[in-house]
Amino acid sequence: MIKTDNKKGSILEVLFLLFFTFFCSCSAFAESDDMPQFFVPSPPFSEDIYPCSMCHEGMETNTTPRQLEWPHDWIKLKHSERQRWCLDCHDAENRDQLRLANGDHVSFKESYKLCGQCHGTIFRDWKVGVHGKRTGEWNGKKQYRLCVHCHYPHNPKYKDLKPLPPPAKPDEITGVKTELIMIKDNVPMWAEWAEKNKIEGFKTKDTESGGQKLSVPVISEKKEKREKGNEH
Amino acid sequence: MNINRRSFLKGTAAGLAAIGLPVSKSHASFWESFFQKHYREMTDNEKDEVVKRLEVEYSAKYGKNFDVATTKPIDGALFGYGLDLSRCIGCRRCVYACTAENNQSRDPQIHYISVLRFKQGEKWVNDLEGSDKYYDPETVPEEGHFYMPVQCQQCENPPCVKVCPTQATWKDPDGIIVVDYNWCIGCRYCMAACPYGARKFNWGEPYLPENEINSQTHYLGNRPRLKGCVEKCTFCVQRTRLGKYPACVEICPVGARKFGDLNDPASEIRYCIEKKRVFRLKEDLNTLPKFYYFFAT
Repeated sequence: MIKTDNKKGSILEVLFLLFFTFFCSCSAFAESDDMPQFFVPSPPFSEDIYPCSMCHEGMETNTTPRQLEWPHDWIKLKHSERQRWCLDCHDAENRDQLRLANGDHVSFKESYKLCGQCHGTIFRDWKVGVHGKRTGEWNGKKQYRLCVHCHYPHNPKYKDLKPLPPPAKPDEITGVKTELIMIKDNVPMWAEWAEKNKIEGFKTKDTESGGQKLSVPVISEKKEKREKGNEH
Repeated sequence: MNINRRSFLKGTAAGLAAIGLPVSKSHASFWESFFQKHYREMTDNEKDEVVKRLEVEYSAKYGKNFDVATTKPIDGALFGYGLDLSRCIGCRRCVYACTAENNQSRDPQIHYISVLRFKQGEKWVNDLEGSDKYYDPETVPEEGHFYMPVQCQQCENPPCVKVCPTQATWKDPDGIIVVDYNWCIGCRYCMAACPYGARKFNWGEPYLPENEINSQTHYLGNRPRLKGCVEKCTFCVQRTRLGKYPACVEICPVGARKFGDLNDPASEIRYCIEKKRVFRLKEDLNTLPKFYYFFAT
């Protein structure tokens, strides 16, 4: 019994190994299936900084976390800095590549794979085009951006922007001829209109209110007339 | 003399027109636009004629070659929009990209998009009065605030269409509410009916500098408008019917704006609706907007 069990176990092991190698060889294919067709522009390197091997070629790698000196002294890591250091993301052996947690190398052009290791939900949204900016055609080719186009990887919080000017307030709006002045020379405009069109019942009388001359509408006349009419 | 009813009416109409209309303006193009049909009643040939006339008119007015398209809706497409409130930083890039794309009047100023600022923790969804759209800090986003851009929600059950006395505004098969600016009489009933304040009125003769004009236009979209007509966001009909994203989507620096086909299960807007926490503005009014606000995180 034990033997057969072992046999079964070994068969399973072999099968697993076979499957694993098959999976590995197919992973590139599987990944391209997972990733829809998208087009990312080249990474936003600072000037004259890439390829890193320009300087690092032949340099001995110091793996001890330390205060960075020139020319990298301006990098102030604010990205889980207590758990992370340069060589967690930059590959120690091949400086022109990035390093995933499993030891795989990825190029800077595919840095989203590195970011996606921790930010899985965001990565998922980014792949379908919901996180991040996407331009192009809604039913065709789409232009993606890398994470690092918006988020500086060493300090990834989105940087504040200056807003464009607020809309004009109603009293600031120009370009409209102000024909609709309600009160002109203390006379309500409709009174003038009523007089012009010989519409009865809309008359005004001058009164004083708080030291100011005002024309107020008189509506009692019409009322009186109507009452008189009723009497007849 | 034998006058039948038809010729009598024709004669009366012509007579009245001759009395009532300015003779000085009576060149051919004026009369053609005066007797222009409703856009939906025009045959393809008639549309071509109108478009040709408009292109000549606009080109003469703005000194630039104009293209006025009458692109029809894409078969089977129903446009939907998503806006990620957890991302919007209130930078107003969308407002001005929209203005540049859609030839809105600069003076008097017309904006299709209003970016509303709310204090965090305030009652807000149906209380837009408490918002501020004139905020102007040095930088955005501001501590303790969030932003909600509002534009035409392209309702499936649009109250603005219901009230229009001349049927100058209607919903096209791809779900976009459009306006025939030549057919609009400027009564502004639609503005009163719209619960989102999305419709804008040309109180004055629209003015925009010649070098800022976008000459790639659509009859129902960004062609130059007339004084006294109502206009609104059309999801950039001149772009989206050609497969492009609207201008506000293209400009948004934080990628908060999403656009796609609601009938396509693989579109990003469908993903938002199915996977994210979405809401529609003033849902209780049964306007059924196709503009979904959502929180991505």
